[in-house]
Order: sequence, then structure tokens, then C-alpha cells
Amino acid sequence: MALDARIPEGPIERKWQRRKYEMKLVNPANKRKHRIIVVGTGLAGGAAAASLGELGYEVLNFCIQDSARRAHSIAAQGGINAAKNYQNDGDSVLRLFYDTVKGGDFRAREANVYRLAELSVNIIDQCAAQGVPFAREYGGTLANRSFGGALVSRTFYARGQTGQQLLLGAYSALQRQVAAGTVKQFTRSEMLELIVVDGRARGIVTRDLVTGKVESHLADAVVLATGGYGNVFYLSTNARGSNATAIWRAHRKGAYFANPCYTQIHPTCIPRSGEYQSKLTLMSESLRNDGRVWVPKKKGDSRSPDQIPEDERDYYLERIYPTYGNLAPRDISSRQAKNACDEGRGVGPGGLGVYLDFSAAMERLGKKVMDERYGNLFEMYERITGEDPHDVPMRIYPAVHYTMGGLWVDYDLMSNLPGLFVGGEANFSDHGANRLGASALMQGLADGYFVLPSTVGHYIASGGISKIDLSHPAVKDAEREVQERTSRMMGVGGKRSADELHRELGNLMWNDCGMARSKDSLNDALRKIPELRERFWKELRVTGSGVELNDQLEHAGRLADFLELAELLARDALERNESCGGHFRVEHQTPDGEAQRNDADYAYVAAWEWKGADQKPVVHKEKLEFEYVHLAQRSYK
Amino acid sequence: MRIILDIWRQKNPSDRGRFERYEVPDVTEHMSFLEMLDVLNHRLVSEGKDPVAFDSDCREGICGTCGFLVNGEAHGPLRNATVCQTHMRHFKDGDVLRLEPWRAAAFPVLRDLVVDRTAFDRIMAAGGYVSTRTGSAPEANSILVPKTRADRAMEAAACIGCGACVAACPNAAAALFTGAKITHLANLPQGQPERRVRALSMTRQAATEGFGHCTTIGECEAVCPASIKLEVISQMNRDVLRATFSRTPLPEPLTHLPRSAAARFLEGEQSKQG
Repeated sequence: MALDARIPEGPIERKWQRRKYEMKLVNPANKRKHRIIVVGTGLAGGAAAASLGELGYEVLNFCIQDSARRAHSIAAQGGINAAKNYQNDGDSVLRLFYDTVKGGDFRAREANVYRLAELSVNIIDQCAAQGVPFAREYGGTLANRSFGGALVSRTFYARGQTGQQLLLGAYSALQRQVAAGTVKQFTRSEMLELIVVDGRARGIVTRDLVTGKVESHLADAVVLATGGYGNVFYLSTNARGSNATAIWRAHRKGAYFANPCYTQIHPTCIPRSGEYQSKLTLMSESLRNDGRVWVPKKKGDSRSPDQIPEDERDYYLERIYPTYGNLAPRDISSRQAKNACDEGRGVGPGGLGVYLDFSAAMERLGKKVMDERYGNLFEMYERITGEDPHDVPMRIYPAVHYTMGGLWVDYDLMSNLPGLFVGGEANFSDHGANRLGASALMQGLADGYFVLPSTVGHYIASGGISKIDLSHPAVKDAEREVQERTSRMMGVGGKRSADELHRELGNLMWNDCGMARSKDSLNDALRKIPELRERFWKELRVTGSGVELNDQLEHAGRLADFLELAELLARDALERNESCGGHFRVEHQTPDGEAQRNDADYAYVAAWEWKGADQKPVVHKEKLEFEYVHLAQRSYK
Repeated sequence: MRIILDIWRQKNPSDRGRFERYEVPDVTEHMSFLEMLDVLNHRLVSEGKDPVAFDSDCREGICGTCGFLVNGEAHGPLRNATVCQTHMRHFKDGDVLRLEPWRAAAFPVLRDLVVDRTAFDRIMAAGGYVSTRTGSAPEANSILVPKTRADRAMEAAACIGCGACVAACPNAAAALFTGAKITHLANLPQGQPERRVRALSMTRQAATEGFGHCTTIGECEAVCPASIKLEVISQMNRDVLRATFSRTPLPEPLTHLPRSAAARFLEGEQSKQG
């Protein structure tokens, strides 16, 4: 089946205007009669739920955390891009659009990216009006900083806690709607199934994580904004609870999963320290503004960094990419760090690390300025490692950070299942094969504040949504599926915790589908994942019961879904026989080791259809047309 | 090193609860405190016993999900850090540590070290925002904010909502939490139109939730992982006073607040019995 993204006609800068004009509107007096489910309370979900509530819809909003304020968007550090051109350095909507398409290695949909760039300026206005305490200049105007993949300074920030402040802005807007009665909030509540009636998404089945009660909720439309699937690698910068269950359940009910192999490895994370490690901590990319990345020129040089003279250091990013230097995009910086370590020039335990050195900036700017810019990051690093980056260079290593893939959506952010909308990291749409720094916050908020509130309304106004109630057989079936899966997991009676099995999956994925992928490694993954899945259903042990707060049960359910998603990820990576962005196939590289795309054969979105547990999934292709951006080998040299 | 833990075990909100002793051998100094608990839980599960329930998510000190008392100190001995950021290098071999949940009437225990903090959400719903509709915002640089003001607002806005301030306070007051939001918005021009009604409404909600009064003991500031300063409480008190003595209309009572997780549990219990 050919996929229709329903991109509006006309020149790119008019498409969103035109789409909004064409949309049907819901009579304001009728809005409260339409119920919308929003799953997730991060930037996309929180902003969408608040904005839909403001419009007057009845919104049911769910999250697994104990409060809507804890969604993982909160951990984003560095900033949010917007084409304000406040720095007068030549920025524009067109340039942000171009940088994002190029940064994504020409695997994103032009029309969506243009809209994202266009809306970026409204986001900053919206957040400033909410009282988000952005960094400011002495004159009172907003400050900017630079980020990877761009030569203009367009990133807005609130110290190293930009995600936190933007999320609290959305959360406060959301709480305002809760008080107004338009949004009903369900915390500690997990979506475990999607309810589909007559081919439309009509509701969800949830489990109350405190009481274990399984409940169904029906609505006219369902919005999933449940984040990415980076935890399929076990160790990632994602929060412990981040999971793919909501989107995977929707996938199993018919929603296509697009580009699962596009995963982003972030270059600047704190290296792991032992087997017990539960997560990896990111050090914001903004540090690369003033930090210089280097490794010793000599292999196996075990001297402490201050004993290595300047001419025996290799500032490899500055050497290989003189134009962008330390601000080369994430995928490229990660790969070069791996190369340096593979050559035996890595530093720290196991040689899995490179230096990020601030001594030059400390001398140039002084401690006070540096602390203003990065104080909390330096502190964070010191707490974890016991070393003070004011005095010794940080040791960093790449780690899984973000997933560009996600559920397939059209221009309206609706999946192929009518009535199922997907926003933020959970969808696939805007970042192609690699996301630029400070663009995730931008996308989450663009989807949540501006796109979904219009497009969901249009879907509802278009009619055809039948009246159903909780006695509908589809509801009962979905509830039964949830109950059955729960009792199946409780009843395995093995000896191993979900955490232990998850770690095993993570190791497998990192080795076979991580920073460098090959036909052999991917085939290896495709052999081992089903084996591990089989063992999961034999060796798992879940203590306690299903009718209480049970962390083991939650983890097991999420892992069961990761074990299926992992296989699709590997399959997609195998099928995409080219390198692009974060997807690096060792068979396809330029003579100097950069990703070698194959535009003739692979300039498409791979959207996978679930065909059943023992069936091979089927791929549908959305061809990517590039009318405005000239396809080129990405160069940051 | 070997660490001995006396951990509060409580099956659910209606269970009385008790301390139980556990021993974790082979703790390394690079482990975080929560990773040590992971190791313990891993063992408990393999022995078929119930693992210790504790909340955590980002494990880098920003989401505010984690937190319990370690030997009576909220988030443990490390100052201005959450327990997830505390590494075992701050402890020594043979240490006996007592872990218990936040203790406050407004934070019912859900299980072991997990408490119900939805009262914080309800305080926020009472006025912790600027009422601005999506789409109605003016051009961002048309609102000028002096840098010092913006910095002060940011310092207060850094609150992670973990609840340590309440747990550390002998009165179980939520003054630092509530004051932080009031101060954040009071420092910004965007927060002025609703400043007085916000102060009244949020403090009143805090009292309704069962949080105590602030008697400026300062324990909250000492344990706050986000380094929120006591001044936010003075700011809150000033705004409340001004609002009380001016003719600020009384805020309307809220009708649609999210239900507490503990209430959900207890209602379930009742319906089982009924």
C-alpha cells in the first residue's frame, strides 16, 4: 500500500497556512461534548492536553509517573532552537529548515520540517508569556547560545535546565486546565492497550499502578505522546521508566512503525562505571561550545591528562572538521569518538572515553562566567565521578539518547489508524536519520501547542465517529488481552528478574545494532532476539501480585514489548542497506569514514505493518520528495 | 564494602508498617545509592521475596521522583543533591543506614518508600501559573526582564518538587515548595497580574492539604536538592500579607482537582469490604 502523507499543495511556506484554512472547525459550544485522550505529559503531551483543554474539549490525560511534572522531557538540558534571528547572524525560518533537513541526513519530510521551523518562533513567544525563566541579556532581551549542526546562534536556554523549565511551563498550563475542569488527570496510570472500533482509535485500556485496577476509557480521538524507545538498549540517557509500550501496543493494533533503526547516540555522556550501572547520564551538548574534545595521539597513553603536552594531543574534531570543529553534529561526533577508542587511543577505564577539556575556556572566560553557563553540569559531573571538571577534563563517551523513529504519521500527525495521533519523540516525523541538538524540545512543543490542537479538531469535525460505550465487544477484548498478558507474566515462575533479562537485551542491541551495524551483526541480532524472547517467557520471575503497586510487573510488561520492538529495529536496520545519520552500516562509508547514503534506492520512510506474533512484518514505503533542499553529501568540514 | 540497611516496609496505605534489616555485601564506591538498592532488589527477587518499592525515574537529580530519608536526613548526607545523585563513596564499610519514606500527613505512604505527593499538584493547580492561552502570546522580546530578575526567577523555578522540604520540616510545611513557585512568578512581569490572588490561593490550598505552618526553622533549605533559598518563603509571606490587606478578591474554591493515589487505594479497599 502506498502511504499518503496528505501534504498540502502549494509552496512550502504556504502549506501550513493553507492546511489550517482547509480544516473543519468544531462548534465552540460542542467542544465539551467531544472527549480526547492524551497519553503522556511531556512537552508534546502536556502542551497538547493543556491546549485542547483551553479550546474546551473534555481531555483525559494519563501518565505513568506520580505527577505530570515528571515526564522525561524534564531532563533535557541544553536548549530549544528557534529561528528568531535575535543575534542578527543570518538566521531565518528557511535556514533552520535547511539545517534540520541536512542535519537529519536528508531522511525527513520537507513539509513537516518547514512547519516546525515556522512554528519555532511562536513557541518562544508562548513560553516567555508563561513565565519560563529563559536566560537574558543585561538589557532584558532573550539570550542565545550555539548548538551542534548550526553556524548561527539560535538556541534559547534556561541554564542547563531548559527541558525542566519548558516542561514546568506546559505542566502549569495543564494544572490550570485541571483546576478549570477541562482536563482530568490520571497519574500512576499506564496505557496497556489501544481500543480500535471500526478501524478508528477509540480508547485505551489502562492499569492503575497503585491498585492494579484495569480500566477502559473511550474518546473521539487518542493522542499518544509517550516518548521514545531508547531503553530498548537498557543503558541510555532515558529515564528508567521511559518505555515503548503505548506505541508498541498501538503498532500491534495496526499503526505503522516508521524507521525504527534511526536511533541517536549522543557523543557526550558520562562513561559507564560497572555492571550494576542503571542508566547513563548525559552532559549537555552545549558544553561543546567551550569544551575541546581530544585524545592522546599515542595509543595506550596512560599518563594523566595534565601530563600530556599540547603537541601530543589530537583535537580530532577540530582536525577533521575545521569549519564546525567541536560543534559537529551528534552522529558524526559519536562515530569519531568510537573511532578514536577503537584505535586504542581512548582514555579512562577500559579505554572507553575521550576528554572534553575546558581549560582553554577557563583561562579565557574565568570561573565565574563558566559557572554561569555550565555550573550545574559541572556539579552533576562531579557528583557522579568524584572529579571536578574545573581542574581535570571530563571523560565522555557516546550513549543512546534519542530515537528518531516512531509511529508513522501524516502531515496532520495522524497515524494510518484514523483517530490515533502521535506527537513528540513517539512519532517519526521531523528529524530524519539524526536529530540536531535543541530540536527535540522544539518539536515536542510545536506538536503539542500548535499542530495537534488544530488537526485533532479537524478530525473530530469531519464526523463519522460513532457512539459507543464500555460494553462494546472491542473494549471487552482489549481488557481481556491486558488481563491475560498480566497473568501470563505473573505465572511464568522462572528465576530471573525483568531487569536482568533487560540488561541482556541491552548488551545484545548495543553490540549488534549500536553505533556500527553490519549485515552480519544484524543477522546475529535477528537470530538472538527471538531466542531471548523465548527465554523471557520461560525464565521470568515476577514477585507479588497484579493488584498492587508492583514495579516488577511494570518492568516485565515493558520489556516484553521491547523484546518485540528490538527485532523490528534490527530488521529495519538490515533492510536499510545504506548509511544515513545515526544509522551507520559499516559496508557503506565514504573513503574518509563518513556515512554514505544511497538516495536512489533509500530516500524513503520505511513504515512497518505488524502482521502477527509469528509473522514477518510488511514494509510500506513513503517516498521522500525534496523540492527545496538539494540532496548532497553532508559536509561539516 | 558492606552496608547494612534498616528499611521501612509497608505493603499498602492501610498496613501499619515496620523496619526490616537487610545486608548488602559487595557495594562499590562508584555505585549510586539507588543502584545499591537495585542490587538488593535483584537478590530479593531471585529469592522470591518482595523487592523494596522506591520511586525513581531520571536518576540524574532533575525529575524529582526519588527521595526518602537516610538516617533521618532527606535524600541522605550529601548536601544539595537527590538520593539518586548520591554515590556510595560517601559511605564506609559497615555503615548501618535507616531508610524510611517522607513522613507527613499530606504525603500518605503508598508502599515501602513510595509516598503520594499529589497534594503538590493540587497546590500548583490552585494558581502556580500565568493564565495565558496558547496562541495569545506577544512577541517574546516585547516583554523585557532585567537579567537579575530573570536570574532570581530561575533560581526559584529550579524546584524539582521532590518533597524533601516537607519531609525535613518538623511542621511538615510545604512553604519552600509553595514559596518557590510564588517567587518565580513574582519576579517576572508576566506574573504580576495574578500575583496576589496566586499567593492567597496557593497558600490556602497548602493548608487544606494538611501541610503545617512555617516557623522558619530552615531544615527545608538545608536539604533542598535544588538549593532553593529560605527567601522564597519571605517573598511568599510578603505577597500573602499584601494580598490580605489589599482588596484582593478571595480565590474561588477548586472543584476538579486530581484524586490522590492513596485515596484511590483506600476507596478500592472499602468497596472490597462493602
